[in-house]
Amino acid sequence: MHPAPSLILFSSLSGLGLGLLAWASLLRPEGGAALLAFGLGLALAAAGLGASVFHLRRPARARFAFSQWRSSWLSREAVLAPLALGTAALHGLLLALRGESPLALGLLAALLCALTVLSTAMIYATIRAVPRWHHWSVPAHFLALAAAGGALLAAPAPLAAALLIGAGVLVALHWHHGRTAFARAGQSAATATALEGRVRLFAPPHTGPNYVTREMAGQVGRARAGQLRLLALALGLLLPLALLWLSPPLAALSHLAGVLCARWLFFAEAEHVVSLYYGRP
Amino acid sequence: MTTLPPPSPVKLGLVIDLDTCVGCQACVTACKAWNTGGTGAPLADLDPWGASPEGAFLNRVHTFERLPEDGGPPQIVHFPRSCLHCEDAPCVTVCPTGASWKRAADGIVLVDEDRCMGCGLCAWACPYGAREMDPVAGVMKKCTLCADRLDDPALEPADRIPACVRTCPTGARHFGDLGDPESPVSQLVAERGGRDLLPDLGTRPVNKYLPPRTRDRAPGAPALDPVATDARGFLGWLDRALSTLPRLG
Ligand code: SF4
Ligand code: SF4
Ligand code: SF4
Repeated sequence: MHPAPSLILFSSLSGLGLGLLAWASLLRPEGGAALLAFGLGLALAAAGLGASVFHLRRPARARFAFSQWRSSWLSREAVLAPLALGTAALHGLLLALRGESPLALGLLAALLCALTVLSTAMIYATIRAVPRWHHWSVPAHFLALAAAGGALLAAPAPLAAALLIGAGVLVALHWHHGRTAFARAGQSAATATALEGRVRLFAPPHTGPNYVTREMAGQVGRARAGQLRLLALALGLLLPLALLWLSPPLAALSHLAGVLCARWLFFAEAEHVVSLYYGRP
Repeated sequence: MTTLPPPSPVKLGLVIDLDTCVGCQACVTACKAWNTGGTGAPLADLDPWGASPEGAFLNRVHTFERLPEDGGPPQIVHFPRSCLHCEDAPCVTVCPTGASWKRAADGIVLVDEDRCMGCGLCAWACPYGAREMDPVAGVMKKCTLCADRLDDPALEPADRIPACVRTCPTGARHFGDLGDPESPVSQLVAERGGRDLLPDLGTRPVNKYLPPRTRDRAPGAPALDPVATDARGFLGWLDRALSTLPRLG
């Protein structure tokens, strides 16, 4: 799948922002600290949502995206995101100005933040045509990364460290699943064409690229997968663990850089079954 | 509305005969022509007369090579690919705006071009690559089963079928109601063992593909060995004369 910068930025920034808002909603800082935590969380999540608009070819029609929550995870995300941000903002404002806010409001804000991250992940996890994505490890590692990133900025260091390690394990599990996911899904040029025997592409239907080959059958972004995996691990997990007790903001920055690498791989390495029609698994 | 309607008794679709298709691309051209000049927004191209033209098509013809497991002769199979109007269409349910929908009366899967925000998620959800973003209009395009021809009284009755079916010079494309077991297309599918593409993915395509018939095996003669060894006459003399000369290389 094409690693679109708008989607990588969106899911990484909004994941971090929503994670921070969830932890801040649960841990209830007061006064200036509340202003800082909720302000940063809202800014990160809003920046992510802003980036996602660049993915749309007709952004003015995004208003219709609130309508299909019964069937579409993308629509659910569109509905949940403003609800989560609004609830967290109200909770944060109360904590900052009055030093107190109803417990239920905080719990609701944290829940909505988690559901928003979940709905982002489910957009990918429900696509059967991409076997690497169609797996529980996708929502699991999206949620774990958001929780760990947010904890780096808002939770006590030991909790953040534990969550970071947990997220690292889930990301590694997702990578492990991904290595063989396409082969295990069992689709081939033969099942794609319903032909029997050994089947291979003899001539493509067009000589240049098209939307399908660019968007879903591209392979360019996979060239440095091994190096990016190392960077994702070092910047996303190891360095933040080391920096956590020195400077949580620096740890979070490094973590974000690691998550961006992992998200690049999430898209670039995902193989879509339509590639079988173009002779590239 | 992107929840799927209850299954309709009428299921309009195409049956594509892989035995007959010669890969001439006439259906690709007819489809492009109809959908560029038809009622909706044109099906756009970028740089159409330049060095690297690119554009949206609703039908593409691939060519595959098939090697039968039993050692039979290899076959070239031309393979037209367009929307299969799936019964469990994942492209419809993922659409956040309600632009993608499945028509309750006959199961045709369509895009409302005035609602689509161009997010591309439906194209990701389709396993068959049947949806392409229009590079100019920025909305999703797909095969409409020529819904705008089927009941247009301005057209000759013979033309009230999909443009690709109307144009196919070998009769490899058939259009009809696959929900009715008595319809000619359903009979054809039953008789020829019509198949689903990627059936494991749970999309339940309406369109069916008829497999190519197995080719006859070639007669057993080794292709490059001389078949006559007792050459006579002028050619016999020439052969013997040449065989006495020393060889170079
Ligand atoms: S072929 Fe693709 S676009 Fe057509 S109905 Fe099936 S999933 Fe949707
Ligand atoms: S590209 Fe258009 S039709 Fe497809 S999912 Fe997005 S809004 Fe719906
Ligand atoms: S039915 Fe119409 S839109 Fe669909 S492939 Fe044929 S010509 Fe194109």
